[in-house]
Amino acid sequence: MKATKGYAGIFGEGLWSNNQMLVGLLGLCPLLATTTSATNGLGMGLATTAVLVCSNATVSLVRNLVRPEIRIPVFVLVIASFVTLVELVMQAFFYEMYLVLGLFISLIVVNCMIIGRAEAFASKHSVDRALVDGLAVGLGATLVLTSLGALRELVGQGTLFNQAELLLGEAGRHLTFHLGDDYQGALIAILPPGAFIGLGLMIALKNLIDKAVKRLSAARRAKPVQAATQPPEPAAG
Amino acid sequence: MKTFIASSPHVARVNRVDRIMLQVLLALIPGVLAMTWYFGWGLLINMGLAIVFALLAESAVLLARGRSPLPAIGDLSAVVTAVLFAISVPPILPWWLTLLGILFAIVLVKQLYGGMGYNPFNPAMAAYVFLLVSYPVAMTNWLTPSMLAEHHLSFMESLRIILDGSLPQGLTWDAITSATPLDEMRGKLDQNLTLDQIRQSPLWGNFGGRGWEWIAAWFLLGGLYLLWRRIITWHIPVSMLASLLVCATLFWTLDPQTHPFPAFHLFSGAAILGAFFIATDPVTASTTQRGQIIFGATIGVLVYVIRTWGGYPDAVAFAVLLMNIAAPMIDHYTQPRVFGHGGKGI
Repeated sequence: MKATKGYAGIFGEGLWSNNQMLVGLLGLCPLLATTTSATNGLGMGLATTAVLVCSNATVSLVRNLVRPEIRIPVFVLVIASFVTLVELVMQAFFYEMYLVLGLFISLIVVNCMIIGRAEAFASKHSVDRALVDGLAVGLGATLVLTSLGALRELVGQGTLFNQAELLLGEAGRHLTFHLGDDYQGALIAILPPGAFIGLGLMIALKNLIDKAVKRLSAARRAKPVQAATQPPEPAAG
Repeated sequence: MKTFIASSPHVARVNRVDRIMLQVLLALIPGVLAMTWYFGWGLLINMGLAIVFALLAESAVLLARGRSPLPAIGDLSAVVTAVLFAISVPPILPWWLTLLGILFAIVLVKQLYGGMGYNPFNPAMAAYVFLLVSYPVAMTNWLTPSMLAEHHLSFMESLRIILDGSLPQGLTWDAITSATPLDEMRGKLDQNLTLDQIRQSPLWGNFGGRGWEWIAAWFLLGGLYLLWRRIITWHIPVSMLASLLVCATLFWTLDPQTHPFPAFHLFSGAAILGAFFIATDPVTASTTQRGQIIFGATIGVLVYVIRTWGGYPDAVAFAVLLMNIAAPMIDHYTQPRVFGHGGKGI
């Protein structure tokens, strides 16, 4: 039963093993459009996380009241309300960031990652679990968006966290990293093909890490068995 | 007199990848020599660098995949990719751009999809597009053809430009580079000049730009050699050039002052080279005969459309890549009927 899975299991699944962007390949539209820099990716990721946590919790709260026939419109309504909320908050406090991300904040409404979690997880689990799931999936998405943004920004412009002050205030200025003026960036990294190529490489990296971890844990599991049985000395020849 | 009688199958010789690739390289020689004649040593230097980078990249990836690099290097496909790449890029491209392009072609476009025979896109063209989109300035720095140039770069001067980007004393980029005929034509047409006015410039020869038209003619010779050796069939080159010609003639007859003469389209840019050497890549092109005609004809139309209304001056690379992705679907719908199956008879 899935319900018996602990918080750690839910968290690990959302953040890594079932990462909605690297494994589910969901939410590609914001992924392609907003990861032109690490700052944009981080901003988009945080906005998505906020919506995801709130919508997961709300959907989980109303899961026994909503008739299954109309659940999808209700989910969309819930998500749209929170997206509007996030949009207004961004307009009030991060106006420049809002101008950069623009339309894609409103488009979080139709992000299939969020409605996917509402349908697949929040509508079947209690509030606390839904909250943890929302947070984990959101952070997983933020991780991917930020690293892909960093990759594209570094290759394309030779900077990292350029304009971070838009999101993090004046302290963000110290985060900005420049590769130097001589660096000639590959423009393609900033353009949409760069996002596809970068995402492909990130998926490959994740698979590589997963494989290595599996091999390591298999080796660790194999060792004590060998030690316990104490194989006899092999006969010569 | 005794004649040797062999039993069937009567196969004259075994077709192997390396033999085909060797023929392609041979067929490229006249065009490459012509380009060297008009644009100087840079092309050969770039080509040498590209071949070395390609072989190193291919071996590195194959070793990382746990395979022996020798057969793949011996089949010369990486060399052909490198040579086609060097022909497409400007002859004074900085060495690190050649390295980037070749790495992109061999590692990302070819080997990540499984290596020789598995890549859906033409590696040389993908690398060209990658560089053109990423570094538009360096990729449009074409030299002036030798009969129009005031200064002819010597071997050492070309080498220095490629290796550390420093120009010879007293020269500027403007002095040694000039717009390609396609660039020139597009720029002047955008200024609302008529073709009669545009063609008064000394840049123009009989059909296309001076120098350029002859390079295309020498590549045509190589292409005919490939046809004669039956390395390629006529379907793709003929359908591609024919559809390009049809489009160009149609618009030219409608308004000869704002649309270039049809032969201009054939003998400019990479049309001939693309038709015989690039679109015919056996891995990425369509494989059925009807499919090859559709494939080639669509490339021709796309070349005309992108050249005339698109954002980039030449279009062969974009058109070929677009049709590469469509090739499996074309093949699917143009399967020849297997004898005894389907049809109306039974």
